[in-house]
Amino acid sequence: MSELKTNSSDVTTTSEDRFTDPGIPAHKERMGDTDPAAAKRAERQSSALFTISIIGTIVALVVYFAIRPGDSVASVRTANFALGISIAFALLGIGLGAIHWAKALMSDHEIAEERHVLKSSDEDRTGALEALEAGVKDSNIGRRTVLKGSVVTALGLFPLTIAVPLVSSVGNDWNVSKFRHTLWEKGKRLTTDPAGRPVKASELTVGSVVHIIPEVSDEERKSGEWITEKAKAVVLLVRLDPKDLKESEERKSWSYDGIVAYSKICTHVGCPVALYEQQTHHLLCPCHQSTFDVANGAKVVFGPAKRPLPQLPITVDDEGYLVAQSDFTEPIGPSYWERLK
Amino acid sequence: MTTTTPSKAAAAADYLDQRTGIGVVVKNFARKVFPDHWSFLLGEIALYSFVVLLITGFFLTMFFVPSMGLTTYHGPVTAMDGQLMSDAFASTLRLSFEVRGGLLMRQIHHWAALLFMAAIVTHMLRVFFTGAFRKPRELNWIVGCVLMILGLAAGFTGYSLPDDVLSGNGLRITDGVVKSIPIIGSYMSYFIFGGEFPGEHIIPRLFSMHVMVVPALILSFVAIHLLFVVLHKHTQYPGGGRTDKNVVGFPLFPVYVAKAGGFFFIVFGVLALMGATMAINNVWNYGPYDPSPVSAGAQPDWYMLFLEGSLRLMPGQAEVVIGGFTLSLNILIPAVVIPGLLFTFLFVYPFVEARVTRDDREHHVLDRPRNVPVRTGLGVAFLTAFIILAVAGSNDLIATHFHMSLNSITWALRVLLFVGPVITFWITKRICLSLQRKDRELVLHGHETGKIVRFANGEYIEVHRPLTEQERWLRVNFDAHKPLVIEPAEDSRGVRRKGYKQDVRWQKLSRFFYEDRVEPVRPSELHTAHGHDELESESSPAELHS
Repeated sequence: MSELKTNSSDVTTTSEDRFTDPGIPAHKERMGDTDPAAAKRAERQSSALFTISIIGTIVALVVYFAIRPGDSVASVRTANFALGISIAFALLGIGLGAIHWAKALMSDHEIAEERHVLKSSDEDRTGALEALEAGVKDSNIGRRTVLKGSVVTALGLFPLTIAVPLVSSVGNDWNVSKFRHTLWEKGKRLTTDPAGRPVKASELTVGSVVHIIPEVSDEERKSGEWITEKAKAVVLLVRLDPKDLKESEERKSWSYDGIVAYSKICTHVGCPVALYEQQTHHLLCPCHQSTFDVANGAKVVFGPAKRPLPQLPITVDDEGYLVAQSDFTEPIGPSYWERLK
Repeated sequence: MTTTTPSKAAAAADYLDQRTGIGVVVKNFARKVFPDHWSFLLGEIALYSFVVLLITGFFLTMFFVPSMGLTTYHGPVTAMDGQLMSDAFASTLRLSFEVRGGLLMRQIHHWAALLFMAAIVTHMLRVFFTGAFRKPRELNWIVGCVLMILGLAAGFTGYSLPDDVLSGNGLRITDGVVKSIPIIGSYMSYFIFGGEFPGEHIIPRLFSMHVMVVPALILSFVAIHLLFVVLHKHTQYPGGGRTDKNVVGFPLFPVYVAKAGGFFFIVFGVLALMGATMAINNVWNYGPYDPSPVSAGAQPDWYMLFLEGSLRLMPGQAEVVIGGFTLSLNILIPAVVIPGLLFTFLFVYPFVEARVTRDDREHHVLDRPRNVPVRTGLGVAFLTAFIILAVAGSNDLIATHFHMSLNSITWALRVLLFVGPVITFWITKRICLSLQRKDRELVLHGHETGKIVRFANGEYIEVHRPLTEQERWLRVNFDAHKPLVIEPAEDSRGVRRKGYKQDVRWQKLSRFFYEDRVEPVRPSELHTAHGHDELESESSPAELHS
């Protein structure tokens, strides 16, 4: 490296000591340039390609009317294939035909065109400046400061008439405290997702996992709001061997006979945490692989989440069905600025 | 017939010119010269896939219902018969299965979107590595970067429209990321979703962004982008007769009308072929959006993988609570800071390079990537980081396909994200310098011929064939920039100069760029080389043979 540098600095680097441009390379003749038969052949090839396109278009139209997809996904696939292939031929025929024509038959002598410096001539620049100055002078804006101030203020304020109604309506009621509450409340039954069947503690064997939603009426489940409530209320129910379960003192009463319920919404960015591994009691989020230990307070053992999944305190009612003791005691889902306030 | 046609055409031309003055435009544009190179087609592919997106997208808007209102589905997809779902999802099923040709249009539209982004990215790589962003094209580079971001926005807003489980989870991730923004995060989430996630507003909102705002912006920026290309005239690769003062190539009419026009049909044709034969985004297999299920191995479209991977790699410990407020650095850093850094690099690079090169000339002849080793190295390092992030976005698939531990893959990628770009930068720079030295070697000594000649005194030498003028010109026609030379800290009277420290910082950066360099061969060197070893000169082989 250094040797090369000394080499070059030894050499006097005058502007003359540079190679000269050999100019545009000599034109290479194509077959069609010299042999009329080859040119004729290229012409025939191009027209053949255009003909393929014409056939493709006709076939596409025939296919459209002839192949009526039936009532199955497979028949739609067949129609899709036939139509797509014929359209592809119609298009590729035109494309390849035109390019073959250009490459084989149009003149391929390179042309050089001069470039001009982009900046305007000094005359034009002076002219532009003069025009602007004359305009400023004509408008008299320099002296009329009140006018200047009022026009700027008017232009600056006007957008508010559109922005304010937009912004105030676009966020609905802006009541962000809704994040804190879910449909869970004292005595609300845990039901299966999506069937909505209440779950008895006795029917759960050790190691079983149930996807849970709160018990709601059919009408409620057909309403537009349900999806938003469901997005907060989904729970994963797991029955562990009570020996495996590590519980903190204050949460001892939150589980029932080894059955624990955790929010299914990841504390990272909110995907449903749905992959449960029985052997390790690990719950994995399929989106970003945050891993939670169900046997140990759903604490994070790996991945981009920081907080454990919120636990739903549960118990059983008189009939033996699992019910919530209360709502979650903290906001579920991803973190946000005022979460702890 | 043959005699009337030209006069009719002439009459039409005259009619038009009298009302538009189009004659001047035709005169100036018809024979405008464009240089020829396959890599110039990348930007064309982007433009043409955008046109295909407009055509197929228009078709889709005729049948798509952008509403989250609930409806009970009855139709050919028997698995979903009687299911409650949004109008958006139901209309997606209908336009796929009950509108003939609808599935084809949907598939072409999705493939075209993927190709659009791929063409934009590869076009940017071409522009970056050949230095086409240099003066006077810096502003057009910025316009291109904006177009890339708009392309991401178009893809993102369109991907979510069918309201299926996969795209719904994508929106859920978006909601999580938005909520992590300090102070205003929760309000931003309400701003976007019109209340709590998912609400009933997001699909119509994304729809108006996707079919109106974003395409209108893309169209206007494409117009500016192309206007600049016309103003600047296209760059050209180095070679004989190509200078910064001319453009060598073929005329727009007829050559590029046929070639570029034909190429549009090829791009469209290939996309039609893809739409016909390759299924994409079969939403009927995923089902309508429901906040509860999610399938493992779900991937976003390829251009979003780097963001997904960035989220996956960040360890959760980074989330902190300050004075009772939660600052989710575990989301902010990967989802906002890292893409921010990547995009900032793209936006500022042309200006930084111009500054450290102290170069204010116009450049129209492209660089061979080897002749600017640090730029090439930085580009490859950038690409490495992007690819590592994209790979991280598929870490679960890698784990299941290769039976490896997900955790070790994630750890390896965490380390690689920092180490990988440094290594690839260094290797690329070294390869560039070696290629430059190889060029010097070739220019000075010529091609090896494999012919061995023995002298009377027993000495063996190999005969070298000198380069042709064109071969040589390609290898010597470049500037090896030197690091900046700055004025001393104090002037002749010992007064400290303002801005000296800043100059020193720029000088350091300039040294990083141009400390290691290989100069092009000069005629005097070639002369000396021949003088040292006459047997390599042109005339020697002939003399030796005789």
